This record gives sequence, structure tokens and C-alpha cells, in this order.
Amino acid sequence: MTSTSFETVPWAAGGGAGEPERLIFERSSPGRRASTLADAGDLPEVDLGRALPAWARRTAPVRLPEVSERDLVRHYTRLAHRNYAVDLGFYPLGSCTMKYNPKVAEVAAALPGFARLHPAQPDEQVQGALEVLARLEHALCELTGLAAATFQPAAGAHGELTGLLIIRAYHEARNDPRRRVIIPDAAHGTNPASVRLAGFEVTTVASGPDGLVDLGSLEATLGDDVAALMITNPNTLGLFERNIARVAELVHGAGGQLYYDGANFNAILGKARPGDMGFDVVHLNLHKTFATPHGGGGPGAGPLVVASHLADFRPSPVVVRDGDHWRWDADRPRSIGRVHGWNGNFGILVRAFAYLLANGGDGLRDVAERAVLNANYLLERLEAVYQLGYPSRPVMHEFVLSARKQKAQGARALDVAKGLIDRGFHPPTVYFPLIVEEALMVEPTETESVETLDAFADAMLDIAAQAATDASPLHQAPTSAPVGRLDEARAARSLVVRWHPPSEPGQAAAADPAS
Amino acid sequence: MSYQPHTSEDIGRMLAALGLDDVDELFRPIPAELRAPAGLDLPRPHAEQEVAAELARLAGRNRHLDELTCFLGAGVYDHYVPAAVWYLAGRGEFATSYTPYQPEMSQGVLQALFEYQTLISELTGLEVSNASLYDGASAVAEAATMAVAASRRSEVLVSGAVAPRVRELLETYSRGLDIKLLEVGALDGHTDLDEVRGKAGDQTAAVLLAQPNFLGVVEDVGAAARAAHRVGARLLVSFDPLAAGLLEPPGRLGADVVVGEGQALGNHPNFGGPAFGFLACRLEDVRRLPGRLVGETVDMTGRRGFVLTLQAREQHIRREKATSNICTNQTLNAIAAAVYLGWLGPQGLEELGHRCLRLARYAAERLAAIPGVRLAFPEQPFVKEFVVRLPADPAEVCRRLVDHGLLAGLPLAGLAPGLADGLLVAVTERRSKADIDRLADAMTAVLADLGPGGGGREDQGVAR
Repeated sequence: MTSTSFETVPWAAGGGAGEPERLIFERSSPGRRASTLADAGDLPEVDLGRALPAWARRTAPVRLPEVSERDLVRHYTRLAHRNYAVDLGFYPLGSCTMKYNPKVAEVAAALPGFARLHPAQPDEQVQGALEVLARLEHALCELTGLAAATFQPAAGAHGELTGLLIIRAYHEARNDPRRRVIIPDAAHGTNPASVRLAGFEVTTVASGPDGLVDLGSLEATLGDDVAALMITNPNTLGLFERNIARVAELVHGAGGQLYYDGANFNAILGKARPGDMGFDVVHLNLHKTFATPHGGGGPGAGPLVVASHLADFRPSPVVVRDGDHWRWDADRPRSIGRVHGWNGNFGILVRAFAYLLANGGDGLRDVAERAVLNANYLLERLEAVYQLGYPSRPVMHEFVLSARKQKAQGARALDVAKGLIDRGFHPPTVYFPLIVEEALMVEPTETESVETLDAFADAMLDIAAQAATDASPLHQAPTSAPVGRLDEARAARSLVVRWHPPSEPGQAAAADPAS
Repeated sequence: MSYQPHTSEDIGRMLAALGLDDVDELFRPIPAELRAPAGLDLPRPHAEQEVAAELARLAGRNRHLDELTCFLGAGVYDHYVPAAVWYLAGRGEFATSYTPYQPEMSQGVLQALFEYQTLISELTGLEVSNASLYDGASAVAEAATMAVAASRRSEVLVSGAVAPRVRELLETYSRGLDIKLLEVGALDGHTDLDEVRGKAGDQTAAVLLAQPNFLGVVEDVGAAARAAHRVGARLLVSFDPLAAGLLEPPGRLGADVVVGEGQALGNHPNFGGPAFGFLACRLEDVRRLPGRLVGETVDMTGRRGFVLTLQAREQHIRREKATSNICTNQTLNAIAAAVYLGWLGPQGLEELGHRCLRLARYAAERLAAIPGVRLAFPEQPFVKEFVVRLPADPAEVCRRLVDHGLLAGLPLAGLAPGLADGLLVAVTERRSKADIDRLADAMTAVLADLGPGGGGREDQGVAR
């Protein structure tokens, strides 16, 4: 049943699915070590008892593992073999833009001139770093059609919070405080969570039968207490909100601001600009659109780009030009303050800048075109067997299928996902957006070849055929991964979130009613 | 250059399957008037060697820490990063994966994070650690949010000896959350616990301090915990994790939530990021924890495995009722920290702490012996960072010391009340006795050159 296509990844290559790797603590042996310390020379000794008061001193050893460097390298290499990644194969996780990550960007970010730079060094010592930020800011402004950026947000949700705090400060500066933010029901979960953190209330507006924001419902909920509308375009169904200009007119007419969640910006890169659609604030997920590695869940970068009327409210400091050099400007009386301890995830910004240079403006437009072509081609191959959540085509960079039909045959979206693992692919995002039953959200990205797309489509069709004849093998999937299907309910019920030495059995938390 | 694999034949075949002539037809849902204008001011495409050359040129315009001997700290430290750390953390299987939504094919990241959680639990002395936050400063805001939500009280007492950047961020975050921040002054370099006792009351959700604090001084965490607990408030401590080689973990002294900046654990300074923030708490607060949490479980055949757990706290399930909005965090940096701590081991952690202390005390003695220079807090304990008062403008002294290849520290004017003449000096294990001698000799020469009070400024308390 496992596909033999060269596009898929045999788990066995990692040296043994099913052969567990012990915890690093279980490899520990008293007295073994990897670390060394430079010769102290004739540095004077210090009496700890005199240097530190008794109330401050450590009373028991910190139980770090005791391993050799060889142990360490084997352990983490074996763990790496138990992990799937873009470098191994196709990873069509919808809304996450798991495209290939160019290696020249890694080399650039590791240069000592970037990696070994202290954030508190004076401006004259960091001119190259400030130039990277300034040139990246200019490019992001061009691509979004907006005026100014901040690089402090470390991820998309961090950008959302920053943007909402800016919108809040803007309304307050006009003596027009507002309390509600409108969000479509298909929005990413971070949107409502960010709204709450910024001190606003969430109003949800339903999608229409075409999968787009329903203008009538929107109009009905608008009022002079609306601070903003927060929206993704193309939306999480992969559909472009074609009425966006009218939406902007309505929101602005009510005195609200328009927030663009840039999670899906890859679809329109160089083809259309949020600023031209009427958006006032945009966050971009550079780890998605600008191909920086996702790191198993970060680090990312979520810079925020704003229209000129909001520029003064950006977090402080910002990079400005002063004659022939760059400097940090911290004299920002209207700024919301600070959302990161330093300058955001600078190392990720260097990678994004390398990606920008490599592609250039023409190349970025090509990125969007191939992303959309790949999504539509893959959808074409799948639509006869899996139903499209909202039957509207063409889609943009991603699409949402429903496993309704397969569910009726006994295979839920989760079973389809686990079946894909056995066929060598990372599954799509499942059960999101919430408005599609048994959702499978597929984002192939532009860096995948037609052979890969065909191999994935074959695997999806194979699973559908399996579901139609006998769904039960899918309930057992995956069988070829390092572990079988895991008991998530048990993990929440008897909580074990750290290792304990055998001499000291771990305390499990009480049952979790919320899970 | 392009990273798309499509040949023109591929495109032809794909378009034919879609019954189209041109890719642009797929963009017809975008109204014509919303199409991007031609002629955007963007770079031309570059070959890889051109990209590499341009980035190397820009990196070359920065004076980095291999070039300057670094005594600058203030939250980001020049600790040694062992070769194995990024050799392993940088592997494509970790670096090019994402949040482990499909645990069966993400056991590598999940197990590494489970080990990371255990390590942070050990360093902080608390039972539960999440799987990382953006940085040390935002971790403080998440901790304050947790404490306010858990206690249904609105005030947080913030020590004036917490780094100004962290306090600024906390103020920004608090605006949306209706958290009332009350500042507590610093007395002889440490948090004034009498003022804490005076200001704490039945609306106090938490007391926040840093260990060691922004001025390098070791705080009496146990006494602070008693002051907080007396009014039913939580004690939040922002902790330097490498100080755990010498100092009692704050959780064992009564701290309820311990957060911190993880950069020192195997992460390069990176001009301030990426590194990571950590957050640890007591088991009873686990359902208020922000962000990802990895738990142990078993598969269908009883084999041990790891999954993301208690996801009902999180934004993708709970939406506006989530404990935080965080999604993408700093997983790879947390994995690097786990590798680093495995490299260090318990003996290494202790030796490293001891070495930093020896170096810092030697540096403090040498600098304080320079005419006109004195320790700002001679009676206070410190572990790797301390403040000296200079007889000349610290910013000017630092400028001149750059000509000697030295980054002497952080001038404190505008950053700490009453310390306009202060210089914050950090000493890590990467510095040697010879480096310190060089700093002391050069500073002696620079100060002699500037003359008494030369370029100096009055020690006027800097208002905040």
C-alpha cells in the first residue's frame, strides 16, 4: 500500500520506525560530560561562601543529563530521524505555507556580522544590520502598498496584537475610543485571541453561501463602536474576497480600520496589494511568504506594515535615515511602546531579505502565480473524489476539501490524514476552518513539482478508494511511522509534562475537564 | 534565482488540465482595479552568489563580537555556543518542520520539547514549563496576564530593578488588559521589599522582580515571596537560567511563576533575536499556561510517545477565551537550549557559574581600583554583571574604548534613576583575566585622557 514514488519518504530510512529513542535523561551516567571550560590562568579564586549570602546559594544540584558529546549528537540525530520536514518531503499544511527554505539564507544569517551582533551596540557599529532592516521595510511597503513597518513582532499573532494596539491608540488619540472588532467566522484562531488581548470585544460575522464575507451581515453589525475589521484575503477557504473594496468602504464609513491578516499573502505577492484594497494595517508572516524555516514551531517573524496615518503609533524604536547613515529613533511620543525586548527576530529578517534579493520583484510575482497554479492543479485532480467545502473556483493558493463523503463510509478527516502519513506525506491541516465539516485544508505552495502533486493526489485517491471499500485499515493508520496513533485524551487526563528520576515518581495532574 | 521547479512543459500540462491558456486567468477573482501597479520599486532577481556577496558585504559593515571584546550584557550575553548546538538544532528535520500537529511524524520535535520542559523545570524549580515564548520580555507580560487571570485581581507591583525594556513592554501589553502596574523603587541596587509590603494589598495579583536584577544585583527571592504571599499575591521572577549554577532556583524559594530570556542557553546574540522566552509555573496553574505544552502518552500498541496537550487553553481551539494568542513560538531556539544544557551537564553549569563569578569579581576589583571609579553597590552580591560609577560620561568612555577593541558595557544614563554616571558591565566565561586587564588598563588611560570630570555629567537622578 505504501507508494513507491521517489517523492515519498520511507520512515525506515531513519534507522527504525518503532525503535524508540530513550530520553536524554535515560542516557545519563554520573560523571560523564561534554562541556569544557577555558584555562583560568592566574585568575584569583573566589570563596563562594563570602561572595554569595546563604539565602541566595543553590542547595541541591540541578539534574541536567550527564552525557558525552557523542551521546548528545547521536541522541538528537536519532530524534531528527523521527521527525518529518520540508527537507524530507511534501508538507501541504494549509495556512502554514510550508515552502522550500533556501539554504543561502541560512549561510547569510550565520555570518558573525549578523549572528554575533549585540542588540545594544551603538548605531555606528551596526550600520549593515540597520540597512538590512531599512531595505526590507521599503520592499514590504512596496509589496503591501503601505507606508511604514515595524519588525518587533516575532510571529503572526504577535503582529496581530501589535496592530490592534496601534488601532486602539489611533482611536484614542482621536478621542474616539471603540470597543468592538469584527472577525469573519472563518478566521484563524489567533485573530479573536489577539482581539481579546488588545482589550476589544469580538463580533463574529458569518460567511455567505459563496464562502465570502456576507455584506448584509457586515453592514448590520457595523456601528460607531467598531474599532476594526480583521480579515484574511484570500480567506482561509482560499477564496479571494472580491468585494473587498466595498467592505473597506463600509468599515471606513463607520470609522473603523481595516486589518489584513497576512497569513495568506503568498497568494497575491506582487499581484495585488492590501493597501490598494483599503487596508490600513497588515502583518506579514515572513516565515511563510518569505520562505524562512518554520523551526518546528518558530522562530518566525511577523512584521507589521501600516498606512501613513498609523506610522507614529508603531513600537519604538524605528530605523530612520540620517544623512548617509542609519539610526534607531526612540523619540516616538505617540508610540504604543514596545512588544519585543529588542528588535524582533532579526536573524529571520536577514533570511527574508536574502529571499527577497534572490527572487526580486519579478520572481515574487512568479511565486504567487506558481502557488496558485499548483493549488488549482491539485484541486482539479482531487475534486471528483473529495468535495470542495465551498464549491467556488478558481481557488487561490490553497483550498479546503471536506471528507463528508468519506466520513459516511467510515473514514473521518483524521483517518485520511493518518492514511497520508503511511503513504509518505505530511497531511493537510484538518478540522479548520471550522465552517467546513471534516475539513482538509491543502496548501501545496509554489516550490513543489507536478510529479510531487501527482504523487500526493494518487495517495489521496488511494485513501478514498480504501474508504469506499473498507475504511477499517485507515483507523489503524499510521503503521509505518515511528509511533502509531497516539492517545491524546490520556495525555491530557493524566498529565506528564516532564521526566522524573525513577526514584521520584512523577505526579500526574488531576483529570482535565476542559479537554 | 527561482525556487520553483516548473519547466515550461510542466506549466503547459498543468494549464491544459485546467483548460486554461495563461496562469493569469487564475487571478480573475481579483478585480482589475485591485491589481498591483506595474513598476514596483523592488530589487531585480539575483543569482545565489550575488545574494551571498551582498549579505556578506552588509554583515561586513557591522562590528561584531569576534572583533570587539564584549563586556556588554543587559539581558543578552556573549556566552560560548558549543559547536554541537547548531550542528544539531540546525538539522533540516528540525528546522524545516512546523508545529507538531501530526504527532506520529513529529516525535523528534515533541520529544526534544519534552526534554526542554524538564530542563526548564529543573532550572526554575517549578513543575511545569511550556514549550517556549517569543523572548524574555514578552514572557514577563504572559506571566503577569496569567497571574491577573488566576487571581481576578488587577494590580501588579513591578520592581524598578527590572530592565527598562521589559517594563516598557509590560506597560504596552497592560494597556489592552487593564492591568494596573505599580512601580516599586530600588534601594541600594535591590528591590525595596518594605515598599512592596507597603503597596501590596488585596488587589495585588503579583509582585515582579528579576534575579539577578537589571543592575546585576542578586535579590532576596525568599523574602520577596513571603511579602507577596502575605497578601495572597503570586511572585513572578524573571530569572537568568545560567545563574542556576550558583543560585537557588526561584521556584524553590517560593516564586510561583518563573520566566526569563533563554538567549544565554546556546543561542547567538543575533542582534536581539531569535532567542526565546521560557515560562514555568506550579501544577495548579497549568490550565492558565500560555502557549504549547508537550505531554507524554502511549500509542495504540502501548509505546511511549509525545503530543501537544491541554490544547483547550490555546487560540486554535478556544479562540477569544484562550489563555494567550501565541501560535508560532521559538521552538528551534528551545531545542538549541536543550542541546546546550545536555552539553553543559550539572558540573558544567556549576563550573560556568563559578567561572563567571570569579571573572566578574576580578573585573569589579580591577575597575574599582581605577582612580575615580567605584562600585555602585559594593555591599550587594552579584554573579556576572555589576555597575561601576565613572568620573566621566560613560557613553564617551565607551566610545573611546571601542578604539581599543572593547565594548565596555551599557551606559545607564536614562535607564536607571541616580545612575547617570553608571556603566553596567557583564563578564562571561568567554572573557579571560587578560581581557579584563586590558579593559582596566584602557579605561585608566581613557579616563586620564578625559581628565577629572572630563566629558562627565552631573549625577542627577534621571527621571522616568
